[in-house]
Amino acid sequence: MRAPHRVVVVGASLAGLSAARTLRAEGWTGSLTVVGAEPHLPYDRPPLSKEVLAREEEPELPRLPLPAGPDARWLLGRRAVRLDTSERRVTLSDGTGLAYDGLVIATGAHARTPRAGGPAPPGVFTLRGWDDALAVRARLGAGRSLVVVGGGFLGSEIAAAARARGTAVTLVEAAEQPLTRALGRVAGAYVAGLQEEAGITVRTGTRVTGFRTALGGGLCAVELTNASAVPADTAVVALGGVPATDWLAGSGLLLDQGVCCDPFLRALRGDGSPAPGVVAAGDAAKVPYALAGGSRVTTGHWADALAQGAAAASTLLHGETAGPYDTVPSFWADLHGARFRSVGLPSLADEATVLEHDPAGRRLEIAYHHRGSPVGALTAGRTSRLAAYRAELASAARSAGVCAAAPSAGTRTG
Amino acid sequence: MRVTVDMDLCQSHGQCVFAAPEIFAFDDEENLVHQEHPDEAEREQAERAAALCPVRAVTVAPAPSPAAP
Repeated sequence: MRAPHRVVVVGASLAGLSAARTLRAEGWTGSLTVVGAEPHLPYDRPPLSKEVLAREEEPELPRLPLPAGPDARWLLGRRAVRLDTSERRVTLSDGTGLAYDGLVIATGAHARTPRAGGPAPPGVFTLRGWDDALAVRARLGAGRSLVVVGGGFLGSEIAAAARARGTAVTLVEAAEQPLTRALGRVAGAYVAGLQEEAGITVRTGTRVTGFRTALGGGLCAVELTNASAVPADTAVVALGGVPATDWLAGSGLLLDQGVCCDPFLRALRGDGSPAPGVVAAGDAAKVPYALAGGSRVTTGHWADALAQGAAAASTLLHGETAGPYDTVPSFWADLHGARFRSVGLPSLADEATVLEHDPAGRRLEIAYHHRGSPVGALTAGRTSRLAAYRAELASAARSAGVCAAAPSAGTRTG
Repeated sequence: MRVTVDMDLCQSHGQCVFAAPEIFAFDDEENLVHQEHPDEAEREQAERAAALCPVRAVTVAPAPSPAAP
């Protein structure tokens, strides 16, 4: 395995930055170019739905540390629009062509928008980047009203932050509880209880059908499936992410709601072989996890973006001797004074065992299993117990072994 | 090897405990406790923990340079 001379990293957020930092940390001194769609140097996204919204003080861009060593070239405010894997060339929105012998695909995800009819009026937002967060932030406070569409982690955090600023908040979730898909019904009901206690109106089992506008054209109410309407001057749609892989159409890479990777994070082609010199990481990548029986998963977690970026860079430098990616996923969310921490992939579970359930004390402990095997754990206020779960999951994953999953139905080649 | 944690920054995310359970742990009150002088053999784990900290609260002092002849 010969180390590359010219590496292009497409995506200047956590996964791409982590890849760039790792290349330099390992002493690689080749030509490094990082392409970012946003005009900003790399910054951290978790604060955007937390303190950036919740605090009264004017926020500062939460910058991330740049790679050490020889300067990278930062091409910001432009998108990659095309990848040619045989010519080994990336084309950008301004026409720039970038030749590579090592490519990191780390373009992340776009916010999913509601299916309900027509373009959204002014006052309806999604929250993915810094500029989105500033726009939403300016509309929070006493006397303002917000509808959050989607009761996942992002939506729940936005609702909590907005409520902390005195905003009247309604959370709309299609499932019977918030967070059900990720964590199951017990954890969902636990979180819904905290939300109601904080004064958030939680509307479950209903979807948004449309946005009603005032005379000036701005949002005045959000219409729901049960023919009711919630008055609001602002709505944030938090229905999850769509991997930003549209630019890979025609590249020959295997796309299935993300760039399909092998256990070394090499991007696969339509025939299942790795594309030479191409790796992927973060929210744009779909990566096999031993905990999922080798099936490919996009967790969307911060820690996975960081670790995958590093692992993808190691693969570029060392090939298979870098070893497969085998991190146990983990995430955190602080909601209404409860510190939720999780390891593994609770969404895979067919059984959730509740070991402690104390909403008033902000304590919770749930162990998740699939067909009798451990797949995850969730705690609130009991982080001390997670290390043992994580060790158990790591050992379960090792014994399951990483076997690359066959492409699932619906897979298409870009 | 010297490991320090800025407790004003620490939000008990837990990433360091997962990366280096020999060095970091939580007590029952969710406070992070850690070994300040772990064995040099655990440097790789300690550095991984520092890299994974979402608020960059963990610092690992650089390895001592080889003694001059």
